[in-house]
Parts: sequence; C-alpha cells; structure tokens
Amino acid sequence: MGPNLLSNYYETAAMVLFGIGFTTLFLQPNLIKKVIGLNIMDSAIYLFLAAKGYIDGRLAPIVVNGVTDMSAYINPIPSGLVLTGIVVGVSVTAVSLSLIQKLYKEYHTLDMDEIMTMVRKESEH
Amino acid sequence: MPFVANFPLFCIIITLAGSVASSVLNGKNAFRLNILIITACLVMNLSLLAYLVTNPQQITYMMGHFPAPWGNETRFGPVEALIASVFCFIMLVSLIAGKTDIFEDVKPEKLNIFYVMINLLMSSLLALVYTNDLFTAYVFVEINTLSACAVVMAKENGKTISATIRYLIMSLLGSGLLLLSVILLYDLTGHLLMENIQQVMVQLMAIGDYRLPITIIIGLLTVGLAMKSALFPFHTWLSHAHGSATTASSAILSGLVLKGYIILLIKVYYRVLGLEIVSGLKVLNILFVFGLLGMIIGSIDAISESHIKRMIAFSSVAQMGYIYVGISLGTPAGYLAAIFHIIVHAFTKPMLFSAAGGLASAADHKYYLDQMKGSAYRNPVAAVAFILGSLSMIGIPFFAGFGAKYYLSMAAMTNPDKMWIALLALAVSTVLNAAYYVRAIRAVFEKSDEPLEKHKNSKSYNIGMGIFIVANMALGLFYQKIVDIIALGLNYL
Repeated sequence: MGPNLLSNYYETAAMVLFGIGFTTLFLQPNLIKKVIGLNIMDSAIYLFLAAKGYIDGRLAPIVVNGVTDMSAYINPIPSGLVLTGIVVGVSVTAVSLSLIQKLYKEYHTLDMDEIMTMVRKESEH
Repeated sequence: MPFVANFPLFCIIITLAGSVASSVLNGKNAFRLNILIITACLVMNLSLLAYLVTNPQQITYMMGHFPAPWGNETRFGPVEALIASVFCFIMLVSLIAGKTDIFEDVKPEKLNIFYVMINLLMSSLLALVYTNDLFTAYVFVEINTLSACAVVMAKENGKTISATIRYLIMSLLGSGLLLLSVILLYDLTGHLLMENIQQVMVQLMAIGDYRLPITIIIGLLTVGLAMKSALFPFHTWLSHAHGSATTASSAILSGLVLKGYIILLIKVYYRVLGLEIVSGLKVLNILFVFGLLGMIIGSIDAISESHIKRMIAFSSVAQMGYIYVGISLGTPAGYLAAIFHIIVHAFTKPMLFSAAGGLASAADHKYYLDQMKGSAYRNPVAAVAFILGSLSMIGIPFFAGFGAKYYLSMAAMTNPDKMWIALLALAVSTVLNAAYYVRAIRAVFEKSDEPLEKHKNSKSYNIGMGIFIVANMALGLFYQKIVDIIALGLNYL
C-alpha cells in the first residue's frame, strides 16, 4: 500500500485535496469558505484527471512539425474533460457567490448557522 | 434508422434554444413560448414512444454520425421515451396550474428569466434520460442543479435564498462525488460511453482483481445521486426548499428534478454496471436500509409538520424511500416497481403541491394547517385534487398509488432475504401516510367562523388542475398499460 501511494503521488495528493475540499464544503459554517472548499474539491478532480492523461516523456497533443504519430502525444481526452469541468466549476462558483451576496445583503452575516436561526425566527412570526 | 429517432436530440436542442430566446422576451411571451416548446417536446416524445412500443428496440443515435470517442450518443428504448413523455407532460401541466402564482411571486422584470430556467431544466432532464455518455450526464446534472436552484429561489426573499443555498451546497457535494466516481470509472475502464464501460466491466469482474475499486466507485456514485435526490439521511434541504418556493417550483422540484437523478442511477446500474455486478457487491443492502429508514422517518417527520407544503415535502422523502427500496431489491421486478413508482409519484405529487397552493391562496396565503380552516369550501377544485392526491399517496385501490405499492410488494416477493422487512415497512409507512394526509384533509374541511367567500381561481389554474385530476384518475384505472410498457422496455434498457 505505502510504496504504491508514494509512486502515485499525484493521485494521492488529489484524493487528499478532495477530502479537504469536501469536508470544508460540508462542515464549514462560513459560506465563502464553503465556496473555497468547493473549488479545492473541483481542482483535486482536475489534478487527478490531468495526472491520468499524462504519459511520461510525451508532448501535449498539439501537432507540431508535422508529427502525426499517436505515440508522440499524451491522451487528449482527460485534458478535454478537465476543460469542461473547469467551465462547470466556474459557473457553479459564480452562482453560489451571487447567492451568498444576496444572503449577505439580507442578513448581514456569512455564517450559515446564524442565518438559519434568523430564518427560523422569521418564520415563527 | 426511423425519423422519430431524431426526436430526443430535437427536444434537447429546442428547449436549449428556447431558453436563449426567452431571455430577450417579456414575461408573458416567454410563458407562451415555453408552453409551445414543452408541448412540442411532449408530442415528439409521445410519437417516439408510440413507435418504440410497436417496434420494440433500442436505438443508438450517434450525433453527426461520429462514432465514439469523437462523437456523442443518445440511446433509448421504450422506458426512456415513456419517462421523457411523463416529464414533459407534468412540466406542462404544473406550469399551467402554477401560472398565476408564478406571475404573482416573481418580479415582473425577471419573469422571462424564470422561463429561461424552466427551459434549461427541461432540457437537462431530457438529456439525463436520453444520454448514453457519463460525462455528458455529469454536465447536464450540473445544469439541472443550477436551474433547479434558480427556480426554487424565484421569490427572492430571505427565506427562499437561504433554502436555495442549502440545496445548492447539498447538490454540489453530490455532484463532487458523482464526478469523482465518473472519473474513476473512466480511469479504470478507459471509456465514458455506457456500453463500452459495461464490456470492460464484465472482463474486469471475470479477472476479479478490481472488486474494491468497483465497490468504491458504485458507492460514490450512489451516495452522490442519493444526496441530490433527497434520500434519507440527505433529505433535510428538501423541506426548506419546498416550504418557501412558489407553487410550480415545488411541483417541478418534487415531481421531476429528484426523479431525473434516480433515472440516471437506474440507467447506470442497469446499463453500465449490470445487475449481477451491482447485486454481487452488497452496495444495494446499504441502499435498502436507507430506503426503509426514509420511508418511515419521512412519514414521521410529515406527521409532526404543520406547514402544509413542508408536510408534502416530507411525504416526498418517504416516496423516495419507496423508489430506492425498489431499486435495492436488485431484481428486474424491483426496477419495474421503482420506475412505475417514479411515474406515479410524478403524476400525484405535483397535483398535491398545486392543490396545496390553491388551498393556501384561498386561506389568504397562509400555509399552516391550523390557519387553513374552511379553505376547502372556498376552493373546491383544489380540495378535490388534494383529496384525490392524498388517497393515491395513501394507496387506496383504483388510484395510481395503489398500483405502485402493489408492484413494490410483488417485487419484494422476488427477493426472499428482504421480503419481510420490506413488506412490514411498506405496511407501517402506509398507515403513517394515512395519518398525516387525513389530518390535512380534516384541517382544510373544518368549518371556520369566518364567512365563506368563494375564492376565484384563475382560468389557467382550473384548467391545470382539471388535467391533473383526469390524468391521475386515468393512471389509476389504466396503470396496467404503463406497467406493460415498462416491462417491455426493461428488456431494452
């Protein structure tokens, strides 16, 4: 187990980062920190994907000097997936940030727990 | 390939185009365009369904005739066409019935944005039903999440925004797990298309080396989708999102959005991993336990809730439990019961939410049961729909809910290990269902001291509710036909 984790250090790092991001998003009461956690989680997956697509000693999949032999380049599909993932991640982040901004204007705090108590008080009236 | 095979792609494209067009229209025209587009989708999906029922087959549609990995694919059989037709129909009727509330609740200058989001939601739901590519499914899951959030927060007050952010966070946790599992699956098999993954999966299982990674992948994927579809214990966001959203949003969220993810889960189990692999890995047992707990605890929560919409939302949690129990039986009969339950719930729950909205507007927009006395007399259309929906959810014969429970208990018989527990939980939760629905009916029928004034419903509300009532009665009487289509379609899923 140990040596495998070390030799696949990209994947190990990605999984550790994913865990950090996931728990931050899940447990952190501060909304901005939650979004940061979301971004760490997403980046961890991109790192994992990019590491999976990389083949040692090969070039980025852009044809240069007319070399069209497949064995000269790395696998382009994971890179494509990372790009799509980044687009999704950016839009999700934008939506969450704008929601958080609206909430802040309404309740003047970024703490999710405080907001929930205020909402509960509001609905009792 | 027949011409109808193009229809799924057409539906996805016109709903996407409709969302772009709605952004430059005013609210009223956006509503008209939206109704037009969804009706067109409904007609196309129904004709596809008719074709696939008469010529049962599974069609793989390569976009632009590019084979994988260059092109993208949709793949569909009778089940997909049926589910898509149901989704279009329910979306259409919910929008018609909820029109007045939408126009009251949403700011006039933002009305068209609401319909942009509805179009995106419809498009992503259809894509989730039809797609054959896991990464495409992930992208549309995210589109679905974002547009559903926007639909929930349409009222734009503090309560809805805080409910939306809770929903968004829960959904994003689910998406993260889903993405990770898709990536791990790609890493393990080298494919993203469903049947290519299945071929490699069979080889991997034959070697027997990769049981642990496959278990982890199925676990991540299941938890991710369960979070998004409000399976117990991930259900807490649902009642808040429902309690404060506008009527049509609640109807759509509960009737359709949650179901899209479950359809994806069923497709992955059935088509990507294969039933034997999934059943062999014991993940289903965990799903079974949470499904049962959801059935019971959702109902108990509903009993202790006095806000009518939150009560119906907790009932949704219980119904999600039924669906997951059906899936977790791991037999084709279980999947049949689960899919049929999805359809029944999609017909009934939006009707209940729309009825609750109508009753509440007859009671001066109050949603707590003790404030709604006598509202049934003021709004008889909503009251009739509410009673019919409640009877169906409780599972009285001649209503659709009875069929759903009947097939679920029949399916439980096919799995001897789980039979007794499943049947017992089904019985207990039926009694609990009856407890809170009867209480709600009594509350709205209680005579109040205030003078009775007939609440004047808008025309669109009456039309929408009329269609809901007729559709539910028809489903209750003729559900055998739907079950036959599902049974036929499972061979081609």
